[in-house]
Amino acid sequence: MEFCYFPGCTLKNKAKDLDRCARLCAEILGVKLTELPEWQCCGGVYVSTSDDVAVKLASVRALIAAEERGLPLLTVCSACHNVLKRTEHDLRTNAEFAAKVKAYTGSEYKGTVKVVHYLEMLRDLIGYEKIRSAVKYPLDGMKIGCYYGCMLLRPGRVMRTDNPEDPVIMEELIKALGGEPVAFPERSECCGAYTYAESETLTEKRSERVVQSAKNCGAEALVTACPLCKYNAGKYGDLPVLYFTELTAKAFGV
Amino acid sequence: MKNIVSREEIIEMSGTDPAKCMKCGKCSASCPAYDEMEYPPHRFVYMIDQGNIGPLLECVGIYRCLSCYACVDRCPRGVEPAKLIEAVRVIAERKKEGNRIKAGELFEKADADMPSQAFSAAFRKYTK
Ligand code: SF4
Ligand code: SF4
Repeated sequence: MEFCYFPGCTLKNKAKDLDRCARLCAEILGVKLTELPEWQCCGGVYVSTSDDVAVKLASVRALIAAEERGLPLLTVCSACHNVLKRTEHDLRTNAEFAAKVKAYTGSEYKGTVKVVHYLEMLRDLIGYEKIRSAVKYPLDGMKIGCYYGCMLLRPGRVMRTDNPEDPVIMEELIKALGGEPVAFPERSECCGAYTYAESETLTEKRSERVVQSAKNCGAEALVTACPLCKYNAGKYGDLPVLYFTELTAKAFGV
Repeated sequence: MKNIVSREEIIEMSGTDPAKCMKCGKCSASCPAYDEMEYPPHRFVYMIDQGNIGPLLECVGIYRCLSCYACVDRCPRGVEPAKLIEAVRVIAERKKEGNRIKAGELFEKADADMPSQAFSAAFRKYTK
């Protein structure tokens, strides 16, 4: 099983553990991740206005490169995943956007690339049974709050990663690794995102509320796929926040 | 900047139709940035539908929206408030001189542990 891998800028510096553990676990599961040599930063957030083409070109180029190789495009970071999946959707559903893109890049996207999040790969292509059998050190009933945030799930109609109102994709993984997922009300609400320079209070209030709600429901740690959720929740809350790939690597003993 | 942007321009840029709104308030009930917006999502949608766009171009709420899309997913009428807010923000940014926040300030306020994703996203949302 082979994928074009789009690590994204954050996984190359502040979120090295997310990347390193993703690669180690892929190896154990027999998945080949071929890093796209020509990837550029996705921009961190999707811009929805119809005439903004230039800001999406990095994603378009990654999609075209994956299409040329005939491989699905895999990401681990929630933000890259959101931007790539939505741009891919735009290319297929918005003829005006596709035509402008063609004029800019000189190449055409045919619409054959599947954008896959690592968690989707684990669920749909590997299966939790195989993951369970790769576990050497089960998480021993550790109580874990799965913190989805927003970008992995929404907009649900485009992302289709999981049901945005009742996601289970991370809970199922935690169960397969021997942990005990804990539900909490804020698990798919935003951490306050990128507003650090705009508002002194927004990220602080949001992240405090997320972490407090997880603690109230008995979580001993949070797990996430998003470097920004990890940073904000870790900065303003008092629970350990881990990447799902770190926990997977820990359970696999790598 | 008052009232020189039309309702139709916003509809065109956002691809969403505020007239479909039935004022149920679910978008505002879902909004994590509600406390920091002068015009929360349901009112924002209403004001656009009324063509009352001047105050929206000058409000801070357009920069506080987190693009979390909770309002979009939970709207029972398929209105996409986040896209209307984004269209107003983009138009406001293009019309004014300079940027909402200078790139240098975005750097200064970032601490050493902050993921580059936060900086890239802030750069995209607060500069032209
Ligand atoms: S996308 Fe913006 S307006 Fe909509 S719920 Fe999120 S923060 Fe509120
Ligand atoms: S959720 Fe939709 S229908 Fe309800 S007030 Fe908001 S925009 Fe209008």
